[in-house]
Amino acid sequence: MTTKVDQSSGLAAAAEARIDDLQRRYPTKAATLLHVLWEIQWQDGWISEDRMRYAAKRCGVPISKVLGVVSFYTMYRTKPVGRHHVQVCRNICCHIMGAAPLIEHIKAKIGVGEHEVSADGKWSFEEVECMAGCAWAPMMAINEAYHENLTPEKADRILGELV
Amino acid sequence: MTKVLTGNWGKKDSHLLATYEAGGGYSALKKVMGGLSPAQVIDEVKASGVRGRGGAGFPAGMKWSFVPQNTGKPIYLCINADESEPGTCKDRQILEFDPHMLIEGAIICAYAIRAKIAFFYIRGEFDLPYRRMVKAVEEAFAAGYLGKNILGSGFDLDFLIHKGAGAYICGEETGLISSVEGGRGEPKVKPPFPAVKGAFGCPTIINNVETLATVPWIINNGGAAYKQFGTEKSPGTKLISVSGRVKRPGNYEVPLGYPLQKLLLEDCGGMQDGYELKAIIPGGSSVPVMPAEKALTVNLDYESVAAAGSLLGSGGMIIIDHTQKMPELLEILAHFYSHESCGQCTPCREGTGWAHRVLKKICHGEGTKADLDLLLSIAGQMSGATICFLADSLVMPIRSFLTHFRAEFEALIKAEVPA
Repeated sequence: MTTKVDQSSGLAAAAEARIDDLQRRYPTKAATLLHVLWEIQWQDGWISEDRMRYAAKRCGVPISKVLGVVSFYTMYRTKPVGRHHVQVCRNICCHIMGAAPLIEHIKAKIGVGEHEVSADGKWSFEEVECMAGCAWAPMMAINEAYHENLTPEKADRILGELV
Repeated sequence: MTKVLTGNWGKKDSHLLATYEAGGGYSALKKVMGGLSPAQVIDEVKASGVRGRGGAGFPAGMKWSFVPQNTGKPIYLCINADESEPGTCKDRQILEFDPHMLIEGAIICAYAIRAKIAFFYIRGEFDLPYRRMVKAVEEAFAAGYLGKNILGSGFDLDFLIHKGAGAYICGEETGLISSVEGGRGEPKVKPPFPAVKGAFGCPTIINNVETLATVPWIINNGGAAYKQFGTEKSPGTKLISVSGRVKRPGNYEVPLGYPLQKLLLEDCGGMQDGYELKAIIPGGSSVPVMPAEKALTVNLDYESVAAAGSLLGSGGMIIIDHTQKMPELLEILAHFYSHESCGQCTPCREGTGWAHRVLKKICHGEGTKADLDLLLSIAGQMSGATICFLADSLVMPIRSFLTHFRAEFEALIKAEVPA
């Protein structure tokens, strides 16, 4: 997921082109910071300090602003996660539908705890707040994909199919 | 029952432009561009009486009319798809099943307020809704519904998808603006209201996905026709997200004023076998909880729910069954609001965390009698003392849980040893 490139330089050409396009259309360059950070994370899997410096330069904002933004939003990562990043909702609707035992079950199954990454880099785990899957609770997301109406058996099946 | 919002949901490929057009989609935009003035559009939306569906319930047409047209500054529209209020999962299905209905409504709104750019703010976690919107926006540009000189009208509109990155507070309208500007999603003091001074210091209207998605229907059928649904003060239909141990959870489009009991027992099929109804949070996790017997008497409109001591809010209806422990649920909510507090205002930053620690202590059997009064005292110091409504979004649960279910909290309190 991480690549050995000079991280203070630009992103892949397609990403740079998307950023250029948005910077022409947004009222300010600074407003595209969230986009630039997404492009970095989509490419690298996480956002390094070098990349933050790059984002600051790209958007014409101080590095302190980039750090402030990265640390404010829960989805930006400042270190790599596993190939399969498992996020299980802990909030009220999922709790009512059995999230607490499900969370324990999933953690045991993949063998990692909160904010941990497995030694082989395959799994990482995080409890998350409401992801708007309330009517199909309990739910988890693996990387981007939602999996809803979970039971321990269904979760086992989904996790078991991942390599 | 007429479906304003969900009419296309069952159709195959309902998210594609071809399907939407085949069902009459973009006819409202054509009608507007064919000769309605912005003022006429606003009048029609005002006549419909549609109120903001994000939670606040402010009349949409009136909001649009607040935009000053003489500042010389560009005007912006922000579409709020940061659906994050626990219990609420309706907007994502509009985006998944009928993204063009939202886009059409947003273009009409932008025309009415003379906006130059529509920022579509979508929560970062949404994947399928995001991909469907990206595709739908591409289709709308290619078809000439977005971009320069829309349908030959001379009206230009750019449409930018702004992907959030995980922060509940960005659903608050000024927090959303801060995020659109590329910053931390910190709410801003009002006034000035965004309609006057919003994104980038320019007049800005922020509307929820569901609100804008009603606009094509209103333009096609007239505000008066929309007003036939619902009640006098709460016109139209509303999406209600039902979660919890009912037989058929999901999103339901009902006319406002629909009896809660009917929705629960008939549409949702009642409780699952073996589960009894204990309480309902009717409008998203922020609003006061209602004990079952009270909840079953209300009608689902803004006034009826308020008269019964809660709020219709976002329409996220959380069904609580008899196996649930109320202190545990309140502890979960306190954890959530503490986690999501942006930290700008001390009463919220400290109060939500303090309330959470007290509740955790109580749930672990370490609480004292004084802790219940302490919770209410913390709530009192948070309420109305902050820039935005997040602190009050925990105050309402604290007060209502303790009012209606105090005995459950007391049962967890340690027996006090007399001195």
